[in-house]
Amino acid sequence: MEQYYHSLRIDKDKCTGHMKCMRVCPTQAIRVKNGIAEISEERCIDCGECITACPTGAIVPLTDPFGELSKFRHTVALSSPSLYAQFGREILPSKILAGLKKLGFDDSFDLATTCGEVSLAIHAYLEEYKGPRPIISNACPTVVRLLQVRYPSLIEHITPLEIPRELAAREIKKKKSKQYGLKEKEIGTFYITPCPAKMISIRQPAEKKRSHLDGAISISDIYGPVLYAMENIEKDRFRTTLEGMCILGISWAVSGGICRSLELRNSLSVSGITEVMKVFDDIERGRLRHIDFVEAHSCPHGCVGGSLTVENLYTSYNKIRKLIETLEIEQVSVCADYAKVIKRYQEDYFLKAGKLKPRPIKPFGEDLSVAIRKRKEKDKIYAELPQIDCGACGSPTCMTFAEDVVNGEAVLSDCIIKKNQLRKKGKRMKLSQIRKKLGLQTLAAPDVPDPDITGGYTSDLLSDVMAHSKPGNLWITLQTHQNIIAVAKLKDLAGIIIVNSRQPDPETLEKAESEKILLLGCEDSAYRISARLFNLNPSED
Amino acid sequence: MKPNHTDAFCQNFFIKGGDFNNAGSVSSKVKDILNDIGIDSDIIRRTAIASYEAEMNVVMYARKAEFKLRLTPASIHIIVDDEGLGISDIEAAMKEGYSTATAEMREMGFGAGMGLPNIKRNADEFKISSVPEEGTTLEIVIHLN
Repeated sequence: MEQYYHSLRIDKDKCTGHMKCMRVCPTQAIRVKNGIAEISEERCIDCGECITACPTGAIVPLTDPFGELSKFRHTVALSSPSLYAQFGREILPSKILAGLKKLGFDDSFDLATTCGEVSLAIHAYLEEYKGPRPIISNACPTVVRLLQVRYPSLIEHITPLEIPRELAAREIKKKKSKQYGLKEKEIGTFYITPCPAKMISIRQPAEKKRSHLDGAISISDIYGPVLYAMENIEKDRFRTTLEGMCILGISWAVSGGICRSLELRNSLSVSGITEVMKVFDDIERGRLRHIDFVEAHSCPHGCVGGSLTVENLYTSYNKIRKLIETLEIEQVSVCADYAKVIKRYQEDYFLKAGKLKPRPIKPFGEDLSVAIRKRKEKDKIYAELPQIDCGACGSPTCMTFAEDVVNGEAVLSDCIIKKNQLRKKGKRMKLSQIRKKLGLQTLAAPDVPDPDITGGYTSDLLSDVMAHSKPGNLWITLQTHQNIIAVAKLKDLAGIIIVNSRQPDPETLEKAESEKILLLGCEDSAYRISARLFNLNPSED
Repeated sequence: MKPNHTDAFCQNFFIKGGDFNNAGSVSSKVKDILNDIGIDSDIIRRTAIASYEAEMNVVMYARKAEFKLRLTPASIHIIVDDEGLGISDIEAAMKEGYSTATAEMREMGFGAGMGLPNIKRNADEFKISSVPEEGTTLEIVIHLN
């Protein structure tokens, strides 16, 4: 199996096994084993839903710390347009970009500009595209992963154009290395990210090629420092107008923004991973062939809803909308140079290097006959399960649990309801098994036959035992006098366990031998030995 | 030679005519099964389209149907047996663009007259038989090798 890099890690010390992550995971990648969550590398698509759901903060996004900056001679921060949505309405993007520089970056770059260019390039691509429709946007790395894992047949629908952050990083490295006489690898390009998924798209690009970005710093990590840095910026260090802002690119921060920038008649935008899956199901059935372009974001409302953002997603969504409206009213011109973009497009400047490959999950392995057999087994097991998806077994649904059982990753008795049923109609244990498992000491009559044990009865009142014990029971008591042998004989009990290391009277031992009643002893108290016997012998008595 | 029975995965589904709310659920389930078993993605796509179109035909033109799936390591075999209007002119129905859908169905985006041709295009073997006013039986085979 190939190794997949993921942007999430579970802090075992913090995880309390709440199972919230397991329930929200859209690809059923999480299991809770022994009270600790585990993520399946194969299934995880890095959507970050679990980060938001975890009440104890045990799921840690692996973004880069500030310290990484010192590894480079020249550093540039690439700001996702969603960063602009995190601050109050009066704080303009230009001030935020200046704040990033103040923090220690040698330069900061507004990605909205590149987003705008890519919008125009997508438009040009759609005009000459002849293949199966709709084309699906690749801006959200989680969506790309989802397609690889769950909708491999839709891979050919994904736009082959490079994403803005990669294009920008490539361009910056080229330009800056020339400008400062440095090597490209000495220029550090850092993406300011609203979600952990962008991190893997940098560490392990879906096309298996090196990223042009050197790291990602989460918005939540940089928010406080930027806020502080902005307070100390001299007025003349940034523009106080929106001049130079790319209206096409700003809208990439919110769901529907790319569609809006493309001005297409037949486009569709969808956000939130479960909604995205509904749309992809329809594409797969061939229901959306009349649509030209689908913009899909894993996070609700697009990147502003990312799990590493700070501001409430509705507030930030509105901030972006207002920004677009203001740009429209003030008639700030679209900054991407159409002629230049088209020329570059024709030179394949926007084309992505490498090819995206499907990554389907094959839960039952490669061999078809084996897979078919196991799939049948899964149905059979599922039919026996309570089908309430309680999750108490540590698998998110009864269906996934059935799969885990087939694959030997769980056992049927992990299901608490099933366990009770098993206990009720459970197979009886042999006396010899119980003797061995509980480590009981044999006091008398060791050579009795080996009957099935029907259950246990714990009592020190002989009349109570006479009234309520059942044939074949093991009787647990602290009584040691010879009358117990008579009771056991009369009630056909399988044997007597004497607790607390008590020694039976000599007459008792003698009688046990002659009546062939098995006498056993243990150090445990009646309570303890009863509990141990109960756990051992899944029987109703 | 018929494949060994233990090698086959069989499941039957029920489709209710006129039930637009659940339309597509059977083909979704079929797709999930094929995904689980690890069938090649292109074959899943073809099966998804063929079974979806077959399912929609039942929802639009029949009272009810049984949808039988049989999967072996060699092929996917689907039989959709419905009780409904039936098709009086199969030859015409197989032509692209031919449709008897009502205005309402068209409004919902169905009835483009692509259903049966689409099934045929995505299947390796396709058989159709119908008795007007009684029902239609479709047989779809998609080879796995």
